[in-house]
This record gives sequence, structure tokens and C-alpha cells, in this order.
Amino acid sequence: MGELALIVIAAALVNNLVLVQSLGVCPLFGASGRVETAIGTALVTGLVLTIAAALTHVVERYVLVPLELPYLRLIAFVIVVAVAVRCTDAIAQRSSPLLASLLGVQAPLVTANCAVLGVALLNSTASRSLVAALFYGVGAALGFGLALVLFAGLRERLAHTDVPVPFRGAAIAFVTAGILSLAFLGFAGFARL
Amino acid sequence: MHFEQTPAPHAPPLVSVPVVMRRVVFALVPAALCYTWFFGYGLLINFVLVAVGALLTEAAALRLRGRGTRRALRDYSALVTAALLSFALPPLVPYWVPVLGGGIAILLAKQLYGGLGKNLFNPAMVGYVVLLVSFPVEMTQYVPPQMGDIDYRGLSFVEQLDYTFLGHLPAAVDVDALTRATPLDIVKEGVRAGRSVAEIRGGALFGDFGGRGWEWVANLIFLGGLYLLYTGVIRWHIPVAMLAGLLLPASLFSFIDPVHYASPGFHLFSGASMLGAFFIATDPVSAAATVRGRFIYGAGIGLMTYVLRTWGSYPEGLAFAILLMNATVPLIDRYTRPRIYGQR
Repeated sequence: MGELALIVIAAALVNNLVLVQSLGVCPLFGASGRVETAIGTALVTGLVLTIAAALTHVVERYVLVPLELPYLRLIAFVIVVAVAVRCTDAIAQRSSPLLASLLGVQAPLVTANCAVLGVALLNSTASRSLVAALFYGVGAALGFGLALVLFAGLRERLAHTDVPVPFRGAAIAFVTAGILSLAFLGFAGFARL
Repeated sequence: MHFEQTPAPHAPPLVSVPVVMRRVVFALVPAALCYTWFFGYGLLINFVLVAVGALLTEAAALRLRGRGTRRALRDYSALVTAALLSFALPPLVPYWVPVLGGGIAILLAKQLYGGLGKNLFNPAMVGYVVLLVSFPVEMTQYVPPQMGDIDYRGLSFVEQLDYTFLGHLPAAVDVDALTRATPLDIVKEGVRAGRSVAEIRGGALFGDFGGRGWEWVANLIFLGGLYLLYTGVIRWHIPVAMLAGLLLPASLFSFIDPVHYASPGFHLFSGASMLGAFFIATDPVSAAATVRGRFIYGAGIGLMTYVLRTWGSYPEGLAFAILLMNATVPLIDRYTRPRIYGQR
């Protein structure tokens, strides 16, 4: 139990996908114009991430390994991620029209998000069990959401600053993301709880 | 002669930016003198170097933007950043560390966002974290206090200058012989190695509450903070919230398990707790704006400081805690917006 909690915290804070491992940086800059957009993107990506983490683990354990096809891992995972996005879309259509509209617009973006594929591959490299992989997915999703929402807040505040003209737009956003990553470095070495 | 035209009433302001900044620097003077008494001249040399780096960078940045430098340089804000950063730096650093720190703090965290009043993150903390991450060896060269019974060879003013600018140490003296770990570092490493807190606290470098020498400096910083409260430079919400956020978990954990967790008194008077509570976290630009937000912001800093000090790998978690909470300020402000009168 403690170990699982540790996995979640490590995935969310210490090895934060966006700020420490530099995965999934596209949505960080693309979807963080406003806090509401960021929350929506974070929820959607987080959901897909968790589902994909579990599905890819199952595919690797019960399909790739018994058939001795480790070299097909990358292609198989990409296909599984696309399937996971479709699954989430189907679930969203049934349950929440809001989620469906959010996902509908962003489905290609989430499929191509390297964070989703990255988590799947990281789980595979670390040879985690299904439960551990799932919790890692949850932690990664939480960390991704945290980074996205924090960054959206900061970007909204950037509208009230007086940035020099050459730095407006993407440049100051990158500098801000850099300082945010520096802040998250404080969690390095959070080995024990 | 140039007479400025302003609308009536023609009365000079009682409080202005330079006045406020000067008060902050004055509030730090007693603590700085105490620090110099115990730990040598490193602090003063560092302050001059950081100030040089900061002021030059500010002038250059403003010149590049085509703005006047005179008013900005005269408002002492760069000096406040320099003072705070020099308190954070170890006394024994080569000259380029403080100069670089001052430059980065002003350029990256202040001028890039538009100057005074526009920074998202606290400049002194950004400068400190960049230095800490980039130069880990130089940034841990702290010295023990020069008290009678501690076996230590202090550096004179000239020897200190010699080391800072030329890198020369007196004969037969090595950097390792001059530096010691800070009390926070000793406690963290000691607990990791399996020793109990009481055992560690019995060491020569520990006084009544925090580390010897350090607790004196913390006391004087506390008095400086009271002066700032009295003159209205800061409000009480953030310092009280931060100290509560630090002391509550410290008391809880040390009450449950005093062997592995240091006492709240230790946390209160060690490291940069007092400096952070009264001088750093209260920076009005990067702190929360609403009253409820200030409580949350301060408590968050205190809590994160305790968490990072106890379970993180850096001995002092304050700088990271402040940067993290600075990042949450826009969200805090948004969700603690006061209700507009008449709206349901």
C-alpha cells in the first residue's frame, strides 16, 4: 500500500511527466491559454493515460511476450493508445456530453500526445505489475494535470505583465515553464515517505 | 532645473517605493551584523557582489528596452533582492557566484517580465535555485560559527577577499577544513544514517533551539520582521500563516516520533524560516492578493518547507516551497475572490 502511494507521488511530483521528463509538452503550451481549457485537457488526457497504461500492460503481458514479439512493442502501443482514445470517446458519449465534446475536438491531439505513449513505454521498461502500472498512470495523470493547470494560471497572469516585445508569446512561456520546472526540482530525491 | 508638474494636492507621498525598500534593508541590518560577527565577512562581500550584478543587469536591461535607468536604479528594489540573496548564499563562494546570481535573479525573474511589480516569481529565490542547481559544490560551502569552543579557523577580511576573488586560501588550509554542514543538513543526514534527533542535537554546533550562531541571526531577523510589521511595510497574514504552516506539522510529527523528527523550535530558528516568513514570502507582487488567499499561500509555503526539509533531498526547502506557491498564486487569487457586494 505504501509502495503504491509512493509510486503515485513519484510519478506526479518527483518525475513529473511534463516538467521533469519533458513529455507531453505540446499540450502544456497549446492548451494552457485559459484555466478552464487546461482543466478540460488535463482531465481528458489523464483519463486516456490511465486507460492506456492498463491496456498496454495487458497487451504486452498476454500478447507480445507469449508470442515473442518484443520488437512490435512500439507499434502495438500506438495502436492500443488509439483504441484507448476511441474507448474513452465511446464512454464519454454515453455518460457526459461535456466530456464528449471536449474529447471530440482533441482526440487526435491526445492520441499523438507523447505523454500517453511515454507512460506506456516507461511502465514496460520498468516491468511493473498491472496494479503498479495503473497507479503509475494515475500518478502521471495527476502530475500532468497539476503542471497544466498551474501553467495555465501563470499564463493568464502573464497578460498583466510588461514583457519586452521580442519575448512576448512563446518565449516568455518557455521561460516560465523553465522556472516552474526549477521549482519542481525541489522534489528530487523524495525517496522515502 | 526641471520642476515636475503634478496635479493638486501638492504634497509629497508619505510612503513610496524607495522608502519601503529602504525600510526592508534597514530591518535586515542587525541580522547582517550578527551574521558577520559569527560567520565572518563573507556575507558583506557577497552582498556587494550580488548588488553589483543586480544593478548592472537592471541598468543594461532597461537601457536595452529604451527606458530610463535613473528612477529604477534609485528605488532600492534591486538592493532588497541583493540583500535577500546574499543571506541565502554561503559565505565562502568565489566572486562569480554572487555576481551571476544577482544578474540571473534580476534578468530572468524581474526584467524579463517587465520590471518592478510585474514578476511572477520571487527574484531572489529564482536566483538562489538556479545557483543551487547549477553549482552544487560551491553552494554548500557554509562555515561554522566562530564561537570559542568550536574548533574552527576563521578567515580574516583580507583572507576572505583573497579567496573570493583569487581563489587562494591561507597556507595549509583546505576548503574542506573551513566548511561545515549546516545544522539542517546535519539533522537530515543524521536521521538518514539512523541516529536519533536528540543525539544529533547534542553536537557542538547546536544551541538551544537551532544551530548556534544561526539561531541568533534568526532572532534578529524576527525583530526585523516585527519592525516591518510595526511600520506597515508588511501585513501579519502571510508571516503568521507561514509559521503556522511550518510549526503545525513539525509539532505533530515530533510529538508522535521525537526520535526521527526535529522539534518545532528547531525548525523555527534554523535555516531561512524567519527570513522566509517576514521578508521573502511577503513580497507583495508574487504573493496572493486576497486575505484568504494570503492565509492559504503562507500556510502552503510553511507546509511545503516542512515537507521538503524532512523528506526531500535538499537540506533547506524554503526556496523551492516559495517558487511552488508562487506558481499557485494565480489559482489561489481566482478561487478566493471576495464576493462582490450585492451578488449572490
